Amino acid sequence: MSHDILVVDARDNVATALRPLEKGESLEIEVGDSAIEVTVLEPIPFGHKIALADLEPGEQVLKYGEVIGLATQRIAKGQHVHVHNVKGPETGRDGS
Amino acid sequence: MKFRGYRRSNGGVGVRNHVLVFPTVICAAGVAEKISRAVPGTAYLGHQHGCGHLGEEREHMIRAMTGSCSNPNVAGVLLVGLGCEMLTAELLGEKLREAGQRVETITTQNMQGTADAISKGTELARDLLEEARSAQREPVEASELMVAAKCGASDTLSGLTANPALGMACDILIKEGGSAIFTETPEMLGAEQVLAGRAANDEVRRRIWEITSRTDRKIKALGLDVREAEPGPGNIEAGLTTLAEKSLGAIRKGGTTPIVEVVDYAQRPSTKGLVIMDGPAHDVVSVTGMVAAGAQIVVFTTGIGTPVGSPIAPVIKVSSNSSLYQRWKGNIDVNAGSILDGEENLESMGQRLFEEILEVASGKLTKAEILGHHEFAIHTIAPTV
Repeated sequence: MSHDILVVDARDNVATALRPLEKGESLEIEVGDSAIEVTVLEPIPFGHKIALADLEPGEQVLKYGEVIGLATQRIAKGQHVHVHNVKGPETGRDGS
Repeated sequence: MKFRGYRRSNGGVGVRNHVLVFPTVICAAGVAEKISRAVPGTAYLGHQHGCGHLGEEREHMIRAMTGSCSNPNVAGVLLVGLGCEMLTAELLGEKLREAGQRVETITTQNMQGTADAISKGTELARDLLEEARSAQREPVEASELMVAAKCGASDTLSGLTANPALGMACDILIKEGGSAIFTETPEMLGAEQVLAGRAANDEVRRRIWEITSRTDRKIKALGLDVREAEPGPGNIEAGLTTLAEKSLGAIRKGGTTPIVEVVDYAQRPSTKGLVIMDGPAHDVVSVTGMVAAGAQIVVFTTGIGTPVGSPIAPVIKVSSNSSLYQRWKGNIDVNAGSILDGEENLESMGQRLFEEILEVASGKLTKAEILGHHEFAIHTIAPTV
């Protein structure tokens, strides 16, 4: 398993950095049965997320195999995924 | 899969064989503690309650106290009351006998002062301990186990290593026919949709929305909004982006199976499988509640380190990172940080945790037991009057 980034669930489209990632680095990670190659497009701090696929505005951001938020702008594979380009998926408190 | 446990006459299966000395009210705590100290091998459960409970809290307290004393890990109980309190030894003793628990009672006001109560109580506690010796371990199916899944003093990695690994162990146990229980309702906020989506039926779905929205309202009543405050600046700096992400990391410890029941604090589940207990995130209070609900073992993940144990159930500590494990080897049983070191993956760690659960269930001592960490605290839901 890669020591650089971690994917929890095969459905995830983001991975978590296990060390600070530098711009231009090329990483490979196994997701399910396939390997994904990703080039880091910008510096990403330890514990923060990197996109494993291109995401369109409004597209679901998946971690733990679940929706953790929605992209608020286009996010390219290899970009930093955080509060500047993702908003919470929360809806009504009564489930509506 | 089997472990070696104590089969009780009421049908429960214990993984430990404790004799408790339990004050039914704090006014009897001094007597109870002295009795327990005079009989090494008994466990004293100190608490601040037993009197002045309003309305609903009276039932809540009775449930928490009788639940603690009738956990299958408990072979026998000496209840020590004062006499004029709300929750008397007589009242709790009757409830415990109904549950098929071996119980003796002593009421201090009926004795010739506390010295007499301590002397008589010491004899009763010795008798209970002698009786408990006759219990023998025998092979029992893993389906008899209920594991409490807990996280506390978490870090960025808890949701990535220790919690998912514990979730996998819970999945394996539930596949074997057993149960897992998790709580901390405040840490479910933001993940209600996901939890509700995993409900086994409409009633469970309704209850998940009920407990999460009630907790949300309680926080609002304090003038706070969890959705504006969470994730906090520290969480965001650590890389957590949304409240859903934070809560999803926490609920991963329960695994991925359908949620079959939602119980109140310290309430015994009626169904096998994955159960949610409505309760606070306070570590000791939530562990106490899940053990009172019948969990025989607790698995507790931590990233920063916490020593919390239980006087009734063994607590298995799991670290989320190797640097904590290196510093806290005396407290941590399993290091899920090894996933990041490339030594293990989530699947193998989940399997290893499940095997650890069975070994501890069969008698292997946890680090918290070796160190004598016996924290115990009951949740309160109303002011004491």
